[in-house]
Amino acid sequence: MAETRVLLEHIDEPGLNTIDVYERLGGYTSMRKALTEMEPESVVEELKNSGLRGRGGAGFSMGMKASFMPKGTMDKYLCCNADESEPGTFKDRLLMQKNPHRLVEGIIIAAVAAGVNKAFIYIRGEYAFVADILDAAVNEAYGKGYLGEDILGTGNDLDLVVHRGAGAYICGEETGLLDSLEGKRGNPRLKPPFPANQGLYQGPTLINNVETLFNVPMVIGKGADWFKQHGTDQSSGTKLVSVSGNVQRPGNYEIELGIPAREIVYGLAGGPPPGRKVKFWFPGGSSAPVLLEEDLDRPYSFESMAEAGSMLGSGAVIVVDDSVPVVSVALRLAEFYRHESCGKCVPCREGTNWTVKMLERIDSGEATPMDLDILANVQTNIIGNCLCVLGDSMAMPVGSMVKKFRGEFEQHIERAREAADRLSIELGVAAPPADQAA
Amino acid sequence: MRPEATGQTPGVPADWDAPVDLAKDPATIPDLSSVDVPPELEKEIRDHIAKYPNKRSAALPALEAAQRVHGWCSPEAIRQVAAVMQVTPAYLSSITTFYDMFNTEPLGHHQVYVCTSVACNLRNAQALLEALQEAGQDFDDANIRGFECLGACDMAPMASIDNRYVGPIDPSEAPDVIEALREGRRPLPGRGLGDDGFKLPWDKDGSDG
Repeated sequence: MAETRVLLEHIDEPGLNTIDVYERLGGYTSMRKALTEMEPESVVEELKNSGLRGRGGAGFSMGMKASFMPKGTMDKYLCCNADESEPGTFKDRLLMQKNPHRLVEGIIIAAVAAGVNKAFIYIRGEYAFVADILDAAVNEAYGKGYLGEDILGTGNDLDLVVHRGAGAYICGEETGLLDSLEGKRGNPRLKPPFPANQGLYQGPTLINNVETLFNVPMVIGKGADWFKQHGTDQSSGTKLVSVSGNVQRPGNYEIELGIPAREIVYGLAGGPPPGRKVKFWFPGGSSAPVLLEEDLDRPYSFESMAEAGSMLGSGAVIVVDDSVPVVSVALRLAEFYRHESCGKCVPCREGTNWTVKMLERIDSGEATPMDLDILANVQTNIIGNCLCVLGDSMAMPVGSMVKKFRGEFEQHIERAREAADRLSIELGVAAPPADQAA
Repeated sequence: MRPEATGQTPGVPADWDAPVDLAKDPATIPDLSSVDVPPELEKEIRDHIAKYPNKRSAALPALEAAQRVHGWCSPEAIRQVAAVMQVTPAYLSSITTFYDMFNTEPLGHHQVYVCTSVACNLRNAQALLEALQEAGQDFDDANIRGFECLGACDMAPMASIDNRYVGPIDPSEAPDVIEALREGRRPLPGRGLGDDGFKLPWDKDGSDG
């Protein structure tokens, strides 16, 4: 199965990251169209009609989000969320590294449509080399008069700043991102008020993922109807999927939403190594509940993944083959969320910590099968009880693993206990069973 | 098995429960004239402040700049940033302790982050981390640590070596990497994201780098 290259169009063109090459290939024409031929309202309307859904994880309609921005002359802001730190996700890195101007163009269109005059790209600190590329692109855009005051003589002003984070997963959560951008610890805020009403510096703020904004020039340039030709009714357009884990060709692939997941895992990424089978897979980053081998025949779309009890999330497919114990994946996952929990809400801070401790006990032979019920119970008590979904993001996949692989968990507990018993007999800290005593 | 109680929890200062000295001055904003800030650092911080509607937004880039100059977020580095930004050092410490990329101890000038998150771990990342740590045992100038997802699962197992993404790295190549850092060379040339001609071993058209 071939890829559909719309987002990745021209991606191999040498020098695409410079404004000359980008413009030679038709770049910034959508911006001209949006600014000189269209009213801001009709740009928002076009985005709404296109059915473009947010590509960061939640899948909310981009046009709706933009339309929530209040009218008026107050300071409004746009934040491009380039904090991409969901394990398994590396799509925005490719887009920004290769084609930074398309992101800048998308930001200009969205900002002018939403009445914004100050925009930020919040990029994770680890992507320092990508941030340098973005800085260069932003400077080029200023040089051409596409950013700054009175863009193209239309009276629109826009400043764009590339802001680097410093290593915190939670800053990808939109309100954590805002706090971090204000120079604080990245603690999420209580919602409501939603960022569209009170966001950055208490002003109305539009927050979009890189890939979402990347789609904007295309929607405006070619029209909503063209965009809707791709994908399914409820999931229009193409999507970059990042395939990783136990596959032969990990990487970014662009697909039309709605193709069978098997095409992605086997057709594009080459499937697991020879002789191995898919044991389970994460359809949308490490926060998505896991799906089994048979779910690979489902269409890969927002609605179909939700139907299967999981989510499309950021479009990161992590494949786990049958050589890997499920407990080790659950433990590694829980450790990640424990490390990244900001510590503000108790259920998440304590829940992630105790989940790690319980999984460690399972692994070291100190647990009983009853502990699995406690483990599952902890997960249900995290979900929905915190300001943000970081805790849920651990609870959902770990809960789904315990549910779907309960037999393996029980076996793991049993074997680990036996191994621990043998070890303590060898070390002389426990007496051997009566029938083996010499 | 519980570890034996030693009366001291690791990481907790011994005098944590001592009464607060109320006569001591609260942390104040250092006066710029009393702090010796390198002029380039001061200029960089001021440039960052100018970009934002609120000066506090410059805290992350300013601390990053100071860490580049000092090697870590030392009390002196924090005092310098505090003096230029006119904020309290305590506020800046609250930032440095939150974000993973700020070092609150001197750990060396080279930052080697091995991604050990879920996807990389399925591809032998733990072995790479251990190999690098072993090879770098007697090399004090590098901070070799496991790091949560670096967003390069396609290159797994990989490491971010002084902000350059290198991968996939076989654990057997760990001594070469450390040797290159020791000699001030670029480790594994051509194997870093953005290097000329970089592509993944299984990638035919090289579009992913």
